[in-house]
Amino acid sequence: MLAISNHQSSQPFDAPRLVTTAPLVRATGLTKRYGSIEAVAGVDVEAYPGEVLGIVGESGSGKSTVLRLLNLEEMPDTGAYMLNTPTLAGKNLYDLDRFARREVQILSIGVVYQNPHLGLRMRFTSSGNVAERLLLTGERTFATLRQAARDSLAISEFPLNRMDDPPRVLSGGMQQRVQLAKALALKPALLLLDEPTTGLDVSVQALVLDTLKHLQRERKMTIVLVSHDLGVIRTLADRVMVMRHGRVVEQGLTDQILEDPQDAYTQQLVHAKL
Amino acid sequence: MPLLQVESLTKRFYIDHLQREIEVFASLTFTLESGQFILIGGPNGVGKSSLLRCLYRTYIPTSGRALFTSTQGEIDLAHAADIDIALLRREELGFVTQFLRPRPRVSALELVAEPLVDGGMMWDEAIEQAKGMLSSFGLKHELWSAYPTTFSGGEQQKVNLARALIAPRRLLLLDEPTASLDANTRQSLQTRLAELKMQGVAMIGVFHHPEDIHHLIDDEIRLTVPQKDIEHVVD
Amino acid sequence: MTLQDLAQPRQDYSYAFMDAYAKRELRRRMLKAIAIPGYQVPYASRELPIARGWGTGGLQVTLSLVGPESVVKVIDQGADDSVNAANLRRFITRMSGSQTTTDTLKATLLQSRHRIPEEIMQEGQALVLQVPDPEPLRGVTSDISKAHQLHADSDYGQMWLLLYEQLVRYRQYIQGASYPSLVNGRYIISPSPIPRWDTPKLHQSAHLTLLSAGREKRLYAVPPYTDVYPLEFSDVPFQVENQRGWVCKTTGVQNKFMNELPQEDGTSQYELSDSGYAEKLMNTGETASPYYDDQGNFYHAGYLKPPVLPTL
Repeated sequence: MLAISNHQSSQPFDAPRLVTTAPLVRATGLTKRYGSIEAVAGVDVEAYPGEVLGIVGESGSGKSTVLRLLNLEEMPDTGAYMLNTPTLAGKNLYDLDRFARREVQILSIGVVYQNPHLGLRMRFTSSGNVAERLLLTGERTFATLRQAARDSLAISEFPLNRMDDPPRVLSGGMQQRVQLAKALALKPALLLLDEPTTGLDVSVQALVLDTLKHLQRERKMTIVLVSHDLGVIRTLADRVMVMRHGRVVEQGLTDQILEDPQDAYTQQLVHAKL
Repeated sequence: MPLLQVESLTKRFYIDHLQREIEVFASLTFTLESGQFILIGGPNGVGKSSLLRCLYRTYIPTSGRALFTSTQGEIDLAHAADIDIALLRREELGFVTQFLRPRPRVSALELVAEPLVDGGMMWDEAIEQAKGMLSSFGLKHELWSAYPTTFSGGEQQKVNLARALIAPRRLLLLDEPTASLDANTRQSLQTRLAELKMQGVAMIGVFHHPEDIHHLIDDEIRLTVPQKDIEHVVD
Repeated sequence: MTLQDLAQPRQDYSYAFMDAYAKRELRRRMLKAIAIPGYQVPYASRELPIARGWGTGGLQVTLSLVGPESVVKVIDQGADDSVNAANLRRFITRMSGSQTTTDTLKATLLQSRHRIPEEIMQEGQALVLQVPDPEPLRGVTSDISKAHQLHADSDYGQMWLLLYEQLVRYRQYIQGASYPSLVNGRYIISPSPIPRWDTPKLHQSAHLTLLSAGREKRLYAVPPYTDVYPLEFSDVPFQVENQRGWVCKTTGVQNKFMNELPQEDGTSQYELSDSGYAEKLMNTGETASPYYDDQGNFYHAGYLKPPVLPTL
């Protein structure tokens, strides 16, 4: 039996030297407990401007909880969260009052949920779902609302001739595009995606992923993408965090994690892919 | 100062469920100057591709250093932060393989133009340059706006090479790029590599048929099977 | 000698029917409502000899304000002579000893169900509107705690979304009465089911308007000289009902709010809804200035704008 001391996950890399911009997202020491269950047990998240950070893990890993914490939907038991935008730099978002947090949720963060019912008003028009984001910021000109809805739906590659259909009558893939359009309407600094293509037909998944990739290039958005699907991670993510039982077991460049996983659990996860 | 200085680079895989460690290569030391072409030779399965992958950081080297003189100073590829490596890959390091990863509904032109756009170029200009590259690799004009997911193997490879070689890099890692190429495409590749070499691009390559780029080789590193009784690694 | 001769006269009721504590609570609530224009103030709604849904909210406000020198006018859909209005008026005056009138300008206290009179009211007058549902956000959420939170946060985006949806589906605002309006730039109110024609009359009025819902147990106010703007997109203006050149069959006036009287032959005749105004016209021909002149222009110039059909 060979000693384990040779494998890498204990050896940290240097601090960034070539990249001088600060990360857009810096969350440190996140913990969240539900009763006796420690959903998140000390997680740090860092995402640099313009990159796609994947968070991969199985059910119960805590990845969706982390996403909810990053979306300010829930408050952690401990931890700090900073977004490095001009208005928010230096502030711990968990220290803001409810009203200020809501403002951050509207202006600086966009979210796409796995279940479109969580993110959309199913009986309102799709354009209305998108326009609502502008209405929340006080936009009161109808023509502006229509144009913004059109622009956002277009970049999400949603057919504009259906822009006034309610999400209720749309297919799963289209519903996700409406969610995406809604998330992008105010051009937030950070986009959060929670299993955005899970449950969609495989062919539709490919199309939605393609839209996301295209979008990320066009808008240079910073994206945190949660998924259990390594294929999605491989397609979209620049860097990946692997979570298990509420902790990050490994973190690195996507191709490195997928081809040279250091941690035992990551190896298992990667090699289990059919 | 050499462009790349590799010191005692070692790679071992630890495979947890087998509870074993597999050594790929050990204590490799060599330097590479700008405009220099090093061939990596050795028997099949000895770890040639793994060396390239270690330099590109797809694999994490177990020990040793790989000092790279980037435009912003010297950096050890083996220990650099992930985002620094991501930056280098966008701007200075290139990796050329046999395989294209086409995406649905992305045209050949867009795939080839992407590396330029990632490096900060405007789309219009990038597309123009992409046309030039596809032309020089002999991809039929009609296919430029088509989706490579529908192409034949050979056509995909042309797109692949064009994409891999279009953006200026300081160091190129080439992993069997000539495998299964037709004669014309191989010729285009040789021409392009020679061009890049003239421009000062350093290259390290694994070639199944070294005679393909025989005239470009400046030096060779031969990997040998490690002395310990270890199984071969499947690259 | 009867029992009645020997006994003291019965005094079953306090002045104005409601006991002093009830009146005090109502007055305090009204002061708070006036201090925070448009804010819905909850109050303990008392039992009255009429059922809920028949004007108990308005009645409680009126009874808390009425005094022996008050002059009271009560209308229902503009008419003094409607059964409900007549009953309420008789009750109020019997309980308070106040005088009554059908003349809008002579009233100090005017209780109304679903209409504001046509003549411009003055300082010192109080208009009490009966409200069935005080919550303008009912279409947004049926949960009053959530609605309360939305009002507190001034989080009216979803209300505006309903208007957006109306423009997309129908190319116009479809709310006919109870048109949601923004008071003093802060709270959105339902101005009770007055027609759109009446909503602009709340803006910068010389009189005080109190709105009270007895069943829902909330009251709110539009103080004098307060801004009230019906919700509208900046490029799709709010519209009042088009009076279409209808002529009142008794007085011959136009461009005032009409009741439609369907005839047996299928046509319709029209008659002024504001019966007090009609009465004045018929008797003396002299009235106070109306909110809308004979050409239909509103007295605050520039407040109402020409219609725009929204492009989708």
